[in-house]
Amino acid sequence: MALSNRHLLGLDGVPAEDISKILDTAESLKTILSRPIPKVPTLRGITVVNLFFENSTRTRISFELAEKRLSADTVNFTSSGSSVKKGETLKDTVRNIEAMKIDMVVIRHASAGTPYFLTKCINSVIINAGDGRHEHPTQALLDMMTLREKWGTLKGKKVAIIGDIRHSRVAGSNMRGLVTMGAEVLVCGPRTLIPPGIEEMGVHVTYNLDEALAWADALNVLRIQLERQEKGLFPSIREYHAEYGITRERLKRFDKEIVIMHPGPINRGVEIDSDVADSDASIILEQVTNGVAVRMAVLVLLSGIDAAHES
Amino acid sequence: MNFAKTDNLLLAGGEIIDIKSGKHEKVDIVIQNGKIDKIGAIEKKGFNGQIIDASGCIITPGLMDMHVHLREPGREDKETIDSGCAAATAGGFTAVACMPNTTPVCDTQEVVRFIKKKAEKLLVDVFPVAAITKGRQGKEITEMAELIREGAVAFSDDGSPVADTAVMRNAMDYVKMFDVPIIDHCEDPFLAQGGHMNEGVMSTKLGMQGIPNAAESLQIERDIQLSRLTGARVHIAHLSVREGVELIRRAKDEGLPITAEVAPHHLMFSDQDLVNYDTHLKMNPPLRTPEDIAALEKGIKEGVIDVFASDHAPHTIEEKDVEFDAAPFGILGLETMLAIILKQIVNRNIISLHQALEKLTIAPRRILNLPLPEVKEGYEANLTLINLNEMWTYDVSNSRSKSRNAPYNGMTFQGKAVGVFNRGLFESNFSQ
Amino acid sequence: MLKIKATIIDQAGLERTLTRLAHEIIERNGGAVGIALIGVRTRGATLAERLVKKIETIENHKVPLGILDITLYRDDFRKRLKQPCVQVTDIPFQLDEKNVVLVDDVLYTGRTSRAALDALMDLGRPASIQLAVLIDRGHRELPIHPDYVGKSVTTSLGEEIQVRLMENDGEDCVLLVQSPEEA
Repeated sequence: MALSNRHLLGLDGVPAEDISKILDTAESLKTILSRPIPKVPTLRGITVVNLFFENSTRTRISFELAEKRLSADTVNFTSSGSSVKKGETLKDTVRNIEAMKIDMVVIRHASAGTPYFLTKCINSVIINAGDGRHEHPTQALLDMMTLREKWGTLKGKKVAIIGDIRHSRVAGSNMRGLVTMGAEVLVCGPRTLIPPGIEEMGVHVTYNLDEALAWADALNVLRIQLERQEKGLFPSIREYHAEYGITRERLKRFDKEIVIMHPGPINRGVEIDSDVADSDASIILEQVTNGVAVRMAVLVLLSGIDAAHES
Repeated sequence: MNFAKTDNLLLAGGEIIDIKSGKHEKVDIVIQNGKIDKIGAIEKKGFNGQIIDASGCIITPGLMDMHVHLREPGREDKETIDSGCAAATAGGFTAVACMPNTTPVCDTQEVVRFIKKKAEKLLVDVFPVAAITKGRQGKEITEMAELIREGAVAFSDDGSPVADTAVMRNAMDYVKMFDVPIIDHCEDPFLAQGGHMNEGVMSTKLGMQGIPNAAESLQIERDIQLSRLTGARVHIAHLSVREGVELIRRAKDEGLPITAEVAPHHLMFSDQDLVNYDTHLKMNPPLRTPEDIAALEKGIKEGVIDVFASDHAPHTIEEKDVEFDAAPFGILGLETMLAIILKQIVNRNIISLHQALEKLTIAPRRILNLPLPEVKEGYEANLTLINLNEMWTYDVSNSRSKSRNAPYNGMTFQGKAVGVFNRGLFESNFSQ
Repeated sequence: MLKIKATIIDQAGLERTLTRLAHEIIERNGGAVGIALIGVRTRGATLAERLVKKIETIENHKVPLGILDITLYRDDFRKRLKQPCVQVTDIPFQLDEKNVVLVDDVLYTGRTSRAALDALMDLGRPASIQLAVLIDRGHRELPIHPDYVGKSVTTSLGEEIQVRLMENDGEDCVLLVQSPEEA
């Protein structure tokens, strides 16, 4: 096996060597994307199912493109509600799909731990495309790839994740991956959106955005969901923007270039202003390009036949 | 189940353990017509009846589990009164109190009567707990006087809290007239909403919505205050948080009529065991932290906790074999409770064997105003035989419960109930 | 340690062979204009680099040089226990209308060359593709035929050819060795 686990369920416990290997491979694969024929036959004959139990056009398209660039056969299964509502359990759904001869499953689900649950139900390789508020490993990998391209290394770099940490699988995977790769991580947001005991994951915490800006080399600005306000986790979009919104004026107070990232989709004028999102310091579009490359790398590295598993 | 009649029976060579003093006494017991006829040294040779070799076993008053879900009426696919009681006997219990969250809810005389009728011929005494509010909706109190008359021994909306403090106050005021306890599932529904596990570092790591300790301790505090206001007896079900232990300790010091139970799984596992998202470790209250377990142990040692109760909660395989969020709360417990208490509490010298047995036999019956069984001549033969040295492995596929949702599968324990005697019936040498 | 059975080409021999190959390439293409050399990673790339220098010395014309990584095109990619590292293909010029000389160290089953041809086709439309190899050891499994051969060597299946180059391995030579699994 190319990586130490045959699935990618998260970045928790994934060693630095594996992360480096994925990022190195992704950098090589990225060159394919700009070729006249941006396609290689590597995964010919491999069938990948994209099981999306939650709406996510971006991640699904990114995975689908990555699969197609590698010549895999792809099938999409999209169901916004839980399939339980239709009288079929998740286990039955995936077993049925696997019975159609599937090699790899990319899964997005609203419940944390579902990718792990799938490894107990079926034999296919499982790739987590986001489980609840737990992990979203390929997003963190593409974030790290983009930062590494920018800086050459992640070691000793300071990345601040801003916003709704509590409900963010992007934060969940970024914290783990960045800490593994020797970067420093700080999370910043209103107290209602910072989960308890997060310091034990090896990150710093602040509720003060200026403190975060003074500290950081890069910001990963998370999308703020309107429903969080409805649940009373912060009083208004207006106040959120005033306290935690990334604006040009705010950044100007600090005499340094801070790299700006955002996992998308952006709420312009809420968590980040347009002129910041579109500024030279922003690497948001590189993130999107790298997303395809990273997902290709993960697919390629997990596609190898595990000798032990075969026998 | 087929039980043998306890008639003309010699229980030879066992040791009676006195719950009050802990004194062991090696004696023989003759049971005639379901009653303890004679205790002493009995000559086997001349005995004209069945002889059961109890050597190496201790004999205690029959164990009682005051918190089980028998699921009948309504969810007979999960458990029936029959199957639940079979599991109870395998676990060494001669009595259970069953919770009212059935379909229909046990909030009418008919349902109480139905349960009593179903359990009539069983070895196990089944004591229905009726709902505090109609339909367990938390709004109007049930016809408590009539329910008690029909056989309800306590009131609880278990599975749900009574969120409305005024409703709970009325229930306590009303029930105080009959000196019957309220058993409360303490949970602030607003704080706990959407939670699937304990709130803390682990819920952060696992990416799940947590239920904070305060959701439980807030309602414990509320119930204590209401008990002070009304004088009603309140029994705190499945206590799991360290703050709750302190609140109950203080209430008891004050002399308030508060009692509490703890479930074996809250002593055995913590939220750190959830790393594999095992739905067999999903229950409500959720598994808490090692610090909470330590506080519960201290509460047991210092007498804050009165009772061990399993919260036996059967669910079908299909219901539990799903993603964690979608799985129902609750696990099996009747067949393993005694062994877990021996392992986690007695063998670790938190309290002595007879103190633990007191919490498994007399204490629950005292709380529920039930007659207290004793191993004495002239008393009903309501006994449990325990072999403290037997090593056994729990195989959930052989469980007598209709469900299989136990996290203990494959675990090896020391100490096992090997016989139960009650209501003129007995069963010994259980298959598991 | 691998058991070395014979030295097939030594340092001086390698120099002479590459010089001859350079001449043959120039002769066949009527000069150096319009050709491009593309080496297959890793040693094919080194050989191509050396050939480019030799052609420049002879013709005073620097032909474009590209490096091809064929990992993603291998038909045994998923089956290899140790997955090879995916590296970058670096061809900094247009392939269209070029006479491409594909350079590899050893021609054996022909599967590597097949993969290289597929990879090249995905990158553009060359006027022609020719195949230059340092060693042809036989045992072809596909209808692939080299245009330029440094040396043909008769081998058995239990043997391996090791091309060792100064840039990659610190010495110049070609060895015939016993396969590790056979030894």
